[in-house]
Amino acid sequence: MIANTQTSGRIARWRQSDLWWSFTRNKAAMFAAGLLALLVISAFTAPLYAPQNPFDPAQLDLLNAEYPPIWIEGGQWPFLLGTDTQGRDILSAILYGSRISILIGIASVLLALLVGIGSGLVAGYFGGLIENLLMRVGDILLSIPTILIAILVSAIVRELLPVSLRDVGAAGVLVLAIVLSGWVQYARTVRAQTAVERGKEYVQAAQLLEVPARRIMFSHILPNTLTPILVAATLNFGMAILTEATLSFLGIGMPASQPSLGTLIRLGNQFLFSGMWWITVFPVLQLCLLVVSVNLLGDWLRDALNPKLR
Amino acid sequence: MIVFLVKRLANAALVMLAVALMAFLIFRFVGDPVQLMVNEQTTQAEKDALREGLGLNDPVAVQFLRFVGNAVQGDFGVSYRNQQEVMSLIAERLPATIELVLLATIISLVVGVPLGVITAIHRGTWYSEGLQFLSIIGVSLPSFVIGILLILVFSVMLNVSPAFGRGEVVSIGWWTTGLLTPSGRAALILPSVALSLYQITLVMRLVRAEMMEVLRSDFIKFARARGVPRWRVYYVHALRNCLMPVVTMTAMNIGSLIAFALITETVFQWPGMGMLFIQAVTFVDIPVMAAYLCIVSFIFVALNTLVDITYALIDPRLRTARG
Repeated sequence: MIANTQTSGRIARWRQSDLWWSFTRNKAAMFAAGLLALLVISAFTAPLYAPQNPFDPAQLDLLNAEYPPIWIEGGQWPFLLGTDTQGRDILSAILYGSRISILIGIASVLLALLVGIGSGLVAGYFGGLIENLLMRVGDILLSIPTILIAILVSAIVRELLPVSLRDVGAAGVLVLAIVLSGWVQYARTVRAQTAVERGKEYVQAAQLLEVPARRIMFSHILPNTLTPILVAATLNFGMAILTEATLSFLGIGMPASQPSLGTLIRLGNQFLFSGMWWITVFPVLQLCLLVVSVNLLGDWLRDALNPKLR
Repeated sequence: MIVFLVKRLANAALVMLAVALMAFLIFRFVGDPVQLMVNEQTTQAEKDALREGLGLNDPVAVQFLRFVGNAVQGDFGVSYRNQQEVMSLIAERLPATIELVLLATIISLVVGVPLGVITAIHRGTWYSEGLQFLSIIGVSLPSFVIGILLILVFSVMLNVSPAFGRGEVVSIGWWTTGLLTPSGRAALILPSVALSLYQITLVMRLVRAEMMEVLRSDFIKFARARGVPRWRVYYVHALRNCLMPVVTMTAMNIGSLIAFALITETVFQWPGMGMLFIQAVTFVDIPVMAAYLCIVSFIFVALNTLVDITYALIDPRLRTARG
């Protein structure tokens, strides 16, 4: 009962916040949020209604191969968006593929946040050698194009894994590659903000009260550094999905047995010239909708949280 | 100024050294170089001789110094896959990539700058808002998607443009160019447009933001009051004051464009060094991977350093602040 009033209290507070007000005023943001919700929900509930499980070879039938989308002559129910050369239903493949893309995106952003915020806080709070070291490592990572880091990490870690683990571990390798190429940005932002907050009275007061450093960092300083991080994390979620798709497209990401959107595009790309455009175009479309909706939300969030624009 | 210069150059050298260390670690510890270079008939004695010959028995620090020394002279060893000198492999592919990147840069400026000015001076109109929205989509589209869609429309459906390869090329010394033949020029169009699209949106957004700031300043009001024609105020007086950051960003982004070109090159089967790198990645051809990493990072770091130094030359305030 108490928990219940607490949550309803939170919702009420949220509804009175500036952020909610700005959200209800921004058509693009509302559209993007709706679209994103639709894409995510449809991807995660896919097993309930998708015509087939595209990862289960037993459900694929070569007799169903190469159907065009249903509104074109020769299309076949229930394959709404057609099938590929192995009889895989494109719609099911897209829904299952989005699920992988979204999961990898979320996992890599969360992990990058964890690493970036942790190291940024420690560096900003303690300064000295740790700070110097972190900044230098950051300098070096930033002086190599991120896509190159992601490709190299992904290629090398895969090579170091035993062959039997390569397909199973593919998602983990991708997350690692995206995290390693992305955490510096958070670390730098948090470090700069922490260095500013460290000098403020509330931190000094807490230090005088002998509050442990860990608690000062995480419960006192951290909340004051989160605004720019929230915006960066949203935009980076879109970037992470794109990086994953790019790596899978280049053939160093998800294997064909567990295709993400990028893998589907790579596989379909071979059939572009034989007239079977639907195998490529629909995964491409889904990827674009996903990333555009995330970026629109990120754009709105950046403006809404920017105190200069209020 | 000299202190700044030395500090900046030392910083750049340090970064390059770190990159070289990474390349060396990949080279030395991902797979055994000897195993990758021999076949089944090689005897243990021959393997040992090869190991000794490659200097793999020396202390790691010595090996690293030797690696750096060789790399500075452009010697990255021999490709595992086809036994050719890595450097000559890359030099062969370099012109194709540079041509693609430069053309994409030029396109991004020629298209992006006017679009930025238009969206800044006609703020609030439907086409300006539309362009602004399109630029978000432009940022969201991964470059391989743009490439695939261009191929689908212009090569498959309309059949007006080649979808892969470089066409006919002409060699000028060691440089090869596709600009001098009709098929070479036709083959350049789609890849360079695909590569430039992201850059166009960046240039457009930057010019728009800068223009909006400059247009508020007094000298623009004064020019308008003097009766200078509207287009002259916008395109000569105002634009000239926005170009500095645009030039900086363009110069700095050439490095990332070279890296991003590897995606475009894969889509269009463009025989540049990006495609060489992706092939090397698939075949775990470590020397080629290490060399590509070093070369692209070098171009990236060199451009950044150059831009920083130029800035310090122009604006003395930066000499202390950034050094």
